[in-house]
Amino acid sequence: MIRARGLGRRFGDKRALTGVDVDLHRGEFLLVTGPNGSGKTTFMRLLAGLLVPTAGELEVETDRARVGFLSHDPLVYRELTPLENLDLYGRLYRISERRERIGMLLERFGLWDARAEPTADLSRGMLQRLALCRTLLHQPELLLLDEPFTALDTAGAELLLDELGRPEPRDRTVVVSSHQPERLADRPTARLALVPA
Amino acid sequence: MSGYFADVTALARKDLLVELRSRDTVPAMLLFVVGALVVFHFALPEDSSRLAAAGMLWIALLFTALLALVRSFVAEREGTVIDGLLLAPCDRSAIWLAKSLSVFAFLAFAEAVALPAFALFYEPVTWELIAGVALANVGIAAVGTLLGAMAAAARARELLLPLLFLPLAIPLIVGGVGATLAEDPARYLGFLALYDLIFAILSWASFEYVVTE
Repeated sequence: MIRARGLGRRFGDKRALTGVDVDLHRGEFLLVTGPNGSGKTTFMRLLAGLLVPTAGELEVETDRARVGFLSHDPLVYRELTPLENLDLYGRLYRISERRERIGMLLERFGLWDARAEPTADLSRGMLQRLALCRTLLHQPELLLLDEPFTALDTAGAELLLDELGRPEPRDRTVVVSSHQPERLADRPTARLALVPA
Repeated sequence: MSGYFADVTALARKDLLVELRSRDTVPAMLLFVVGALVVFHFALPEDSSRLAAAGMLWIALLFTALLALVRSFVAEREGTVIDGLLLAPCDRSAIWLAKSLSVFAFLAFAEAVALPAFALFYEPVTWELIAGVALANVGIAAVGTLLGAMAAAARARELLLPLLFLPLAIPLIVGGVGATLAEDPARYLGFLALYDLIFAILSWASFEYVVTE
């Protein structure tokens, strides 16, 4: 699913990521760790296709429509409600039975009661839950989660772990970058430890 | 193709909804354009010609458009929402087309107030002027949206956008003023239509390269 050789990325003179080799097969789970500034977010953005490498090779065997990317930012419009935000993404991803899928996710992540509130009024934790709904909306086969536990309370973290443990969709490949690897300790996991370039 | 227009509709609807909720752009445009026309009214000598009045109107409209363009990608810039749109499997040019349509709508709304104000302070509004304004709007929205997306990624975006946009808007001013004042406005309206066609195609085709690496 993912093959990287000598993967690197520069921003001007600054090297953000250098010499990363990865082989990840369909259905596998990769945990990316490393201190601040080690390039975890850069690596995730490269996998999502939001950045192009400046060194090495990267092959991701899926198309844009099948990638779900949880970023540091929730990637939602503050002026719209959670329902409107998810409806917009649902239309862009051409999700069949969009309303049912959105309703189910909002219910599952405890946002149903806040579905019609302006997103700007949501707490940071609620925003992270909404971001997870957006990421999972189209049932991606490649799930990229950049620091997914950020701002989540215990219940929110449990919901996320529960989601990662679901058997559907089949053969989902998951890449998680986290400062809290112990939360994923019970998962069969490949690890990639990045060091500052 | 129907999927493409469904994406454009969803994105344009979102832009209008965001503006309806935030009211950041259109009220500022209305205040600016009416304020500018009032100031020009007092700045121009009483015996000034209709040539000067038409020139002032087009300057006011151009700078009003800049207000809309500077703010056109604010919602996408905040919290890097543009990444969410770029990740979606829609054609990237749909983002440009939807944003251009919403900019066009904001401009039309501002002009629906500006033109009666122009008639009140200066001269009657002619059909040639309305046609010129409508055609210039297409060019402003097409080029301005592309440049707005470019500027949104820069730190000095408020400075960069006018620097990029104003030189490219000179033909629109030439065409607009010509359509307003010339004996043969059809020539200038044709010129504006040609500008719109060329720059809309260029902007549509190049938007993807502007918003991605």
